[in-house]
Amino acid sequence: MAKPKLTPEQQRYQNKVKKAEPKPDYLRNALLAFVSGGLVCVLGQALTDFYTIIMQVPPKEAANPATATMILIGALLTGFGVFDKLAKYAGAGLAVPVTGFANSVVSAALEFREEGLIYGVCAKMFTLAGAVITFGVMTAFVFGLIHAIFH
Amino acid sequence: MGKKTGKQTYHFANPPVVISTGTVAGPLEGQGPLHADFDEILTDSRNNEKTFEQAERSLLTKACQLALDHASCSTTEVDLFLAGDLLNQIISSNFTAGTLGIPFLGLYGACSTAALGLALGAMLLDGGFAGTVLTATVSHNSTAERQYRFPTEYGAQRRPYQQWTVTGAGAALLGYDRPGPKITAVTFGKVIDLGSTDPLNMGAAMAPAAADTIRQHFADTGWDPNAFDLIVTGDLGIIGLDLCRQELAESGLHLGENFTDCGVMIYDLQKQDVHAGGSGCAASALVVYGHLYRRFQRQEIQRLLLIGTGSLHSTTSVQQGESIPCVAHAVRIEA
Repeated sequence: MAKPKLTPEQQRYQNKVKKAEPKPDYLRNALLAFVSGGLVCVLGQALTDFYTIIMQVPPKEAANPATATMILIGALLTGFGVFDKLAKYAGAGLAVPVTGFANSVVSAALEFREEGLIYGVCAKMFTLAGAVITFGVMTAFVFGLIHAIFH
Repeated sequence: MGKKTGKQTYHFANPPVVISTGTVAGPLEGQGPLHADFDEILTDSRNNEKTFEQAERSLLTKACQLALDHASCSTTEVDLFLAGDLLNQIISSNFTAGTLGIPFLGLYGACSTAALGLALGAMLLDGGFAGTVLTATVSHNSTAERQYRFPTEYGAQRRPYQQWTVTGAGAALLGYDRPGPKITAVTFGKVIDLGSTDPLNMGAAMAPAAADTIRQHFADTGWDPNAFDLIVTGDLGIIGLDLCRQELAESGLHLGENFTDCGVMIYDLQKQDVHAGGSGCAASALVVYGHLYRRFQRQEIQRLLLIGTGSLHSTTSVQQGESIPCVAHAVRIEA
C-alpha cells in the first residue's frame, strides 16, 4: 500500500486537489454518531435488562443473548434495505457496535447470493468482516496469553 | 496521413452522420432534469431480471434496439458493433453483441467509452471500412458499486466529493446518406496520471486528462472555444470540472459558460443525493445520445465538443496503492 513517489508536477496537482476536496462535516457526523451510537447502547442495555429481569438469565451471562439479538436486528435491517439508509446519517454510531458487524456480513452475503451458496454466500460473506474477525482472534490470543502469564 | 491535423487530431473528409440514438435511463436518472430527453425510463433498476448484471445487459440491448428502430434499420444492415462497459472483461457488451449478431469490436475506455465509440466508429466510416456502425455503452449503479466498492446494502457513508454511478445505456447509429448531426473531427488523448490514488475522487483523477485533450484539440485545430455552443466533459462531476477549468486557465485557455460536464447535467445536484454528480459510461451516453442529440434535432445547438473521460484503474491496482491512469477523447459534432 506504499504510496508511489510523486513527481513535482504530480505533487503540484495533488496539493490543488486537496484544496478542492470538500471536507466531510466532521462535527455533525461526530454528533450524529454519538447520539445514534448511544441509542444503540441504550437498546443493548434494555435487552440485557430484559434477559436478566424477565427471562431470569444470570446477569453475568445476559450480555450474550442481548448481543445475539442486536446482531439479529442489524441483519434484519440490512435485509429489509433499511440499514444503509440509517447508516448514512448515523455513520460510526451504527458501524462500530455489533450492528455494523452484522451489516457487513449480511450485505456481502446478499450481494453474492447469485454466485451460488458455497462460493457466493459462504465464501464472500466475510469479505468485509474478515479483517474484523482476524483482528478479533489475534487480539483475543495476545490478551489470553498475557492473562495466562500474569495470573 | 492526410487526415491528421496537428499531433492528435483527425479531420474527416466525409464526416459520418449520427443517424439515430437510443437511450434507456435508470429510475434516479429519470427523476433528473433531463428526463424528457430519454427514450425509456426504468421504474425498477433490476428491470425484471434475476441479477443486476442481467439487468445491465438488458439495458444495453434495449438501447441498441431503440437506435436501430428509430432509423428503421435491421441488424443485418450494420457492419460493425462497437461497445464497452465497466464490468470485468466488458461482459455486458459481449452478451449484447451475441444477442444482436453484428460483428463486434469490444472497447474498454471506462467512462470515456461513448466518446471512444463515436470516434472510432467515425474513423471506420470515413476510412471506407464500414457503411453503418452501431456504437453503445452501459453502466449500472448496482453492478459497478459491487465490483469497485461495497455491497449495495453495506452502510458506508459516502464522501462529499464522491460521484454516483449512472444507471442507463445509450446507443448511436453512425452512417451516411441520412440527416443528422455530423462527426467532423476527433482528438485521441494520452494517458495522464497526476498521482491520484483515491478511487472515490475520480473527477479529480480525470480532470488533468480532460484538460490535456482539450488543450491539444484547440492547439491542433486552431479553433476558438467560443465557436462551440457547448464543450462538455464526460463525467468529471462538479469538483473535477472545477479542477479541469483551473488547469486549463493556468495554461492560458479560459473556458466560459459553454463549458460543463455530463455528470453535472444529468442530476439535480441540489435535490438529488448524488454528491459531486454522476459518473460511469452512461453519464455521457445518456446526456449526449439523449439530451444533446435532441437539442441538435431541435436546432438549439450547432456545435458540440464532447470530451469523454475515463478512469482506467482496476480494483487490484487501487488496492496495491497504484495511482489512477486516466484518458480523455474529444469528439466534435456539428449540425
